[in-house]
This record gives sequence, structure tokens and C-alpha cells, in this order.
Amino acid sequence: MATTNGAVENGQPDKKPPALPRPIRNLEVKFTKIFINNEWHESKSGKKFATYNPSTLEKICDVEEGDKPDVDQAVEAAQAAFQRGSAWRQLDALSRGRLLHQLADLVERDRTILATLETMDTGKPFLHAFFIDLEGCIKTLRYFAGWADKIQGKTIPTDDNVVCFTRHEPIGVCGAITPWNFPLLMLVWKLAPALCCGNTVVLKPAEQTPLTALHLGSLIKEVGFPPGVVNIVPGFGPTVGAAISSHPQINKIAFTGSTEVGKLVKEAASRSNLKRVTLELGGKNPCIVCADADLDLAVECAHQGVFFNQGQCCTAASRVFVEEQIYAEFVRRSVEYAKKRPVGDPFDVRTEQGPQIDQKQFDKILELIESGKKEGAKLECGGSAMEDRGLFITPTVFSEVTDNMRIAKEEIFGPVQPILKFKNIEEVIKRANSTDYGLTAAVFTKNLDKALKLASALESGTVWINCYNAIYAQAPFGGFKMSGNGRELGEYALAEYTEVKTVTIKLGDKNP
Amino acid sequence: MLRAAATLGPRLGHRLLSAAATQAVPAPNQQSEIFYNKIFIDNEWHDAVSKKTFPTVNPATGEVICQVAEGDKALETLDNGKPYVISYLVDLDMVLKCLRYYAGWADKYHGKTIPIDGDFFSYTRHEPVGVCGQIIPWNFPLLMQAWKLGPALATGNVVVMKVAEQTPLTALYVANLIKEAGFPPGVVNIVPGFGPTAGAAIASHEDVDKVAFTGSTEVGHLIQVAAGSSNLKRVTLELGGKSPNIIMSDADMDWAVEQAHFALFFNQGQCCCAGSRTFVQEDVYNEFVERSVARAKSRVVGNPFDSKTEQGPQVDETQFKKILGYINSGKQEGANLLCGGGPAADRGYYIQPTVFGDVQDGMTIAKEEIFGPVMQILKFKTIEEVVGRANNSNYGLAAAVFTKDLDKANYLSQALQAGTVWVNCYDVFGAQSPFGGYKMSGSGRELGEYGLQAYTEVKTVTVKIPQKNS
Repeated sequence: MATTNGAVENGQPDKKPPALPRPIRNLEVKFTKIFINNEWHESKSGKKFATYNPSTLEKICDVEEGDKPDVDQAVEAAQAAFQRGSAWRQLDALSRGRLLHQLADLVERDRTILATLETMDTGKPFLHAFFIDLEGCIKTLRYFAGWADKIQGKTIPTDDNVVCFTRHEPIGVCGAITPWNFPLLMLVWKLAPALCCGNTVVLKPAEQTPLTALHLGSLIKEVGFPPGVVNIVPGFGPTVGAAISSHPQINKIAFTGSTEVGKLVKEAASRSNLKRVTLELGGKNPCIVCADADLDLAVECAHQGVFFNQGQCCTAASRVFVEEQIYAEFVRRSVEYAKKRPVGDPFDVRTEQGPQIDQKQFDKILELIESGKKEGAKLECGGSAMEDRGLFITPTVFSEVTDNMRIAKEEIFGPVQPILKFKNIEEVIKRANSTDYGLTAAVFTKNLDKALKLASALESGTVWINCYNAIYAQAPFGGFKMSGNGRELGEYALAEYTEVKTVTIKLGDKNP
Repeated sequence: MLRAAATLGPRLGHRLLSAAATQAVPAPNQQSEIFYNKIFIDNEWHDAVSKKTFPTVNPATGEVICQVAEGDKALETLDNGKPYVISYLVDLDMVLKCLRYYAGWADKYHGKTIPIDGDFFSYTRHEPVGVCGQIIPWNFPLLMQAWKLGPALATGNVVVMKVAEQTPLTALYVANLIKEAGFPPGVVNIVPGFGPTAGAAIASHEDVDKVAFTGSTEVGHLIQVAAGSSNLKRVTLELGGKSPNIIMSDADMDWAVEQAHFALFFNQGQCCCAGSRTFVQEDVYNEFVERSVARAKSRVVGNPFDSKTEQGPQVDETQFKKILGYINSGKQEGANLLCGGGPAADRGYYIQPTVFGDVQDGMTIAKEEIFGPVMQILKFKTIEEVVGRANNSNYGLAAAVFTKDLDKANYLSQALQAGTVWVNCYDVFGAQSPFGGYKMSGSGRELGEYGLQAYTEVKTVTVKIPQKNS
């Protein structure tokens, strides 16, 4: 999962590695208002809300708090920008792509600012924000920039004397509600394909982490997207989120967050105007380590797979199934890794793990840890908050975990690794699949047949073989079952932001 | 895009010129020094093994520019003679768009996983073909270079490119940009030289896996024969044309006249897809001819660096003489010479915009590709008749239809044997839409997603698995 900062791109030989990027100390937060029609607005209600730094527990700043009237205004702007004959609708597809490339250029220019903001707002290590979140944003923007003028319909040979073709049109106004674990990245995963296909958008970033979204708004204005194409309304789920989900003039909604809220979004969408829905929800992702695996690789991948981003990943490897022959050794090595995981100030370059996002998450994780202890799992290390350190939790490993324990069934979203034992492949397939989730799965084995068999049998939207969190702009990502609907990234994402129109022209019966 | 020029409407020349007048186009450097005049291999500049050089000539004056040397934006005009304003606004614009378009394809040309019978997992890999020989012409030097490099490099191939001997300068300048951009050495290699030597060497080289050629049908034959007799390298060809431009009686007359003029005269008539047989339905024939002649007479021929110029010189003496020969045959075979008909100046290779009326299908000027500013206008009665006559050619590169009627547009676009059919427009190109010829106008397609196919070798991988599940 390690990424470079591009030193080996363009075929240039690796020169001396450049110095690590430094965050901006005392960064002034410039953009805290509602972004509509390329302008900054105060909330109609006059209300504001605070956003906090989870490492220091201090308030960063106040942000305008949107509500339904602000959403209404944003939707109006997005609709106007989508009218036939508008600047956005008339723009050549290649030019839409060009604008996305230029946005990527500005994100690159402001990479350090955005990474600093993201770390302040989420508590994730600055180097992760810089090299992983921001890298993903830039690559995703550039990937979809390239698709803009390659969205092709078809001409179709039908019966009868007709000419038949399809147009792949934008859907219209697309709503997006994004989470706090990868705030900017999850937003770009929606923004890029939506704009690439010619839609206009109304976005609500998570209330815990609105700052990078708003800075992006300033870049969208700077690049020169026509006014109304992108609108950003910060606020809360029950107000702004609900308003977007049930708005009769929003044609499509994309939501990333918990399965619990995903259901609410889909219900609201259905009840209002049957708007198209895509969902990226939770997971309880199996990580299957076979006896013939490269053990070092498996231990490291499983470790990063569950602990990365403070355990706050929909892809977290939160059920590690290890074949019994290597179980004891796997647990021993995993505990070693967990014990030396550096937890601390996210701006310190040595830190791998920062604080959890807020008190609510912190409390939930500790509660699940207690349940693990109570239900008889063996606590190998960690198991509690770091003393007198706010929202920090010690990396925790449980062994002897069984399928019926809460820590084996519920999404923890924290630095807790449950390790379970299995005897054979058929058994682990059944157990891995007995969940309503189905986001990702991982398999560690050197055997070709086992790898292909598990890849085919696991009910997951992504199966990783001998790797973890290998996510690329080019490859689709999404959930089976209750982990979600639809796919993001890759060519497949385009289908979610496109409405297909079939045109059938009857030809004259006689030669004209 | 050429469309940028076309959509400027009836006053094509004037609009472009006023853009230049208000400084939308930077002033050319007419005295450019030439820096890049050698062979580009492995990101380095080499003398020819034989130490030979050849002169490249400025067709506006007939004088030698240099023994293959460097340049800047003005290079294309210096080398080829096309008006500078067009070279800047059209050629260069399309080059940038083509490169950006193919840049976007690099990580998107997917193979497939396939539901094969039996307990197997089957998928395809889209691999690069390997070493691609590319031989490009002199009529749109930079643009033809971009059309070839874009898809070849996007799919991961390496290239050996021979540029036209008449117009090597801009391609060599781009070679240096390739080095500056950081392509690894050896990915793009550019060899200026002549057809019978460098071109033939590429076409018959045992280690070149594919050859792409744009040029005359005559040379296209030679390339394909050489490829076949050497190592069966894959071949794509973009060759000549005698493209029919069909004006129905219900066409918008003003628009049709201007487009038909543009279709033939653009780039000094030196387009493979030039609309060189203008079929006009009899009801509107006389009016169309009269207006076309007036338009041709108003065409501004002159120094290509002058922003008022619409038409520069032909590219060289060989072409110049050949075109005058065709004009002569037109006169002798009984076509009606309505304007022009000879050289337009004492120096350089300028030819007067020439229009022939009452052209018959059997005349030489109606059958052979002239590649010069000579317009043929033919009369027809019915739509069925014109389809037969339009298709009665070994060529099949492009065609156009001017009509307001939905059914006629559909009927003709289906019936015409041409790789591109334009309806109510001409010479509209986009990097997104494929271009290529039916019949002897070529094989394969360039541009669009289709353009990737020629540069891809498909490998099927089929893996035995213990048990297949859908």
C-alpha cells in the first residue's frame, strides 16, 4: 500500500528521494461557508456549527450550518446549470475532461494545505493524508477526466426498417452525502464521475469533517466550472442529508456511510421521487490466511488491513480467519506488530495511528472491546483507551474469537483485530459468507487453485489475493448484499451517472 | 478542429483573418532558426550513418530552407506552405486534442473475462503489438504524427517513425519535446528520409511488428506487399480518395456552397478526404455552379505568413506539375473551365483556384485524385442514380450529403460506401470519432476507441479451475 510522491513517474530514474512533505503549522482556514453558484453564502437560518480537531479536542473553527432552505437553493442552482442550452450542457466532452484535469492540477498545487486540513479535521496521520488520500484524489480526478469524451452509446441493429441508437446522457442533479473517514477522497470518488458524465451536483460533507470539501469548492471556482455545476452544503444528516435524500428535483443520490443510515437514504429516495441510489456501506470483511501463505506478507497485510486509518475503513480486515496449522504463529507475529504500532500526534512523521474521530465512535469501540472480553475472546494486547490521551485507543488483538461473538459480527470501526481459526476451505467459505455484509475479502495463499476458488466463492465486491487495500481508480469498488448498491471507480462508475436514452427513427418505406 | 474552421460559416476566410487581426493568434517567427535536423533515436540526435543530408524546401519561394534543421511554431508553414493562421488554429489545436484524448485511454482499454464452457477461467489481455513502424505524409505533418503517436503510445508500443521528406521539421521538433516530457529512451525514434530507402526499410523490416502508413494508394500497395513478403507484420493504411459531396435540391444553398468550397479547397486541396466530386441535383445545379465560381474567384491566394491568405502554395514542384497536368486533361476532355486553370504566381508553387463544370464520370478529373485546388461539379437527377455514381470508384474514404430531409439523410448515409459520411457539414473531425477508408482508400481505422485496436495484440488466457460457478 505504500505510495511514493511520484518520484518514479514519467520514466525518470529514481533520484535521491525527496524530503518528506511538512504540514502547514497554524494553517488559516479560509473557507467555511455554503458554496452555491460559485459563491459563498451564510446559512439561511444564521446557524453555524463547530468542527473539532480530534487529536487536541479543540475547536478548529465554525462552519455555516445548512438546512433544507439552503439545500433548496443549491438544487435550484444545480438545475439551472443543467438546463438544455446552458454553458455546462453545451460544453464539449473533451472540455469537461480538461476542467477535471485542471482541478487535479489545483489539488496538486494545494496538496499540502488539503492534507493539513484533513489531518486537523480527522486526526489521521499527515503523511497518510498526503500520500494516500491526496494521491487517490488526484489520480481519480485524472482518471475520470480521461473518460469524459469516451462515454459512448451504441448504434444497434434491430428488427424492422429503423435506425436505432442510444445516447448516454447525464442524469441531472446528483446529490452526494460523504463520510468522515476519507472526507476528500470519498467526495472525489463521487464528484469525478458525476462531472465527467455531465451532471451537476449538490454535496453534503460529513459534519465532523467539512473543511477539505469547502476548500475544494474554492478550487472548483478557480478552475472555472460554470456556476451551479458544483454546490456544497455543510450540515447534519437529519437536516441536510434528509433534505437531499428526499428532494424531488434531485435525480440521483450517492451515499457512503453506515448501513443503518444507508437504509434511511434509500427509503427517503424511494418515497420521494424514486431517485436513483448508489450506496457504499459497512463491511465485516474476511481476511483468509491459508497454511501455505507467505506468513510475513499475510501478517503485515492483515495488520495494516485492520489498523489502517485508526480502523476506520469500510474495508477493515475485521475477521481474520487463519488456518489452524499456522494459527499460533500468526497470532504471535500479529501481536508483535500491534504492540509496536506507533500511536500519537498525527503531525508527527513517526505516527501510524491517530485518535478516533469523536467521542461517540470512541465509546462504541470500547464497548465492543468489553463485549469481546465478556464473551470469552482472549485479549492478546491493548484492550483499552490510551491513558489520559483523549480519543486514542491502544491497538488491540483478540484471539480465540468465535463466529457468534459481537466482535465477529458487528462492524467495530476501530483498532481491534479479531483472529479466528479454521480447518478447511469449504468451512471458511461458508463462515466468511455468513454475514449480511459483502464489501471486500482477502486471501493469502500460494496455490493457484485455492486462489481462484476463493475468488469465485467469496460473496464480496472486491477480493484481494496476497494483498490488501489495493484500490485503484481504474478498478470498480462496491458491495455485495448489505454492503451497498452499485459500483464506484473504473468504467463501471459511469453507468451510475448516466441515463440511457434509446432513439429509434423509422425510415421511409419507399426510397425518397 | 477542422470543424472550428468550417463552422465559421460563409466567410470562413474573413472570420479567421479577423481573429488574427485582433491578435487571437500570435505572430509567426518567419525567420526561425532551425535546431533539430538530425535523426532521433533513443532520445539522442544522430547523423545519418551515411552522413547524408537532404534539403527541405520552402514551397512559397522554391528556396532551400536548410539541410533539415530546427524550428518553432512557424515551422509547419515554412515547410508545408499552409497558411500560418490555419496551422495555428486548426492543425495545432487538433494535435493537442488528439494527444490529450489518447492520454485518457491509456488505463482504460480493458480486456475481458469471459464465460467459456467447461471448468475454465478465461480472460483476455490487451497487450501492445511491439515495434510499430509509422510512415507519415506531408499534408498535415504534425497532425498525422499525433494521430499515429497517440494510440501507439497509449497502448504501450514503441515507435519508429519516418517523416515525409518534404516536411520533416515539425516532427523533429516534437521529438525533442518527447525527450523533454520524459519518455524513456527508445520509445519514440524518428528517422527523416525518403520512401524507397527509409520507408521501404521499415515496411520490410523483420523486427517491426506493425506498420501504419498514410499516403497515396499507389505507395499503400507497396507497403502492404513488403509487409506480406517479409514477416507478415500487421498493416493499417490511410490512402487516397475521390470523395463525393452530394448536394440535394432541398439543401440550404448558402451553406452548401460554402461547405463544398471548403471541402475541396482546404489545405490547398491537399486532403485525402477532399470533396473532389461535387454532385449537384439538377434543379439547383446552375445556381450552385454560379455561386461556387464566385466563391472560388474570391479565394485569397498568397504568402502563407500573411494573415489574409486562405490558400498557400502546393507542397512541391512534383505536385505542382501533376496538378497542372490534371487541369490540362480537364480542358482537353471537354470539361467546362469556369475559373482559374493555371499557376497563380511567378515564384513558388501557387495554383489558381480552379472550377470545372459539366464534368462527366468518365473524365480523368472525375476519376483520379488531383490533390490540388481543382473543383469538379457534376449534375445528377435522382437519389438512386447519384448513389450508384458516387459508389462507382475504387476509393471510399469519405462522402457528404446536404439535405434537410430526414429520410434522404438516412438513405444516403446508409448507402454510401465511405468510411465517414458527413451530413450537412464537411471535414468535421474529432479525436473521438474513427476515420478510415472503405475499399482502396485504406484499411483499419484511426482515432476514437477504434484507433486502439490496430495497436493492440489480444492474448487469451485460459486457466483450468477445479469447479466453475457462474
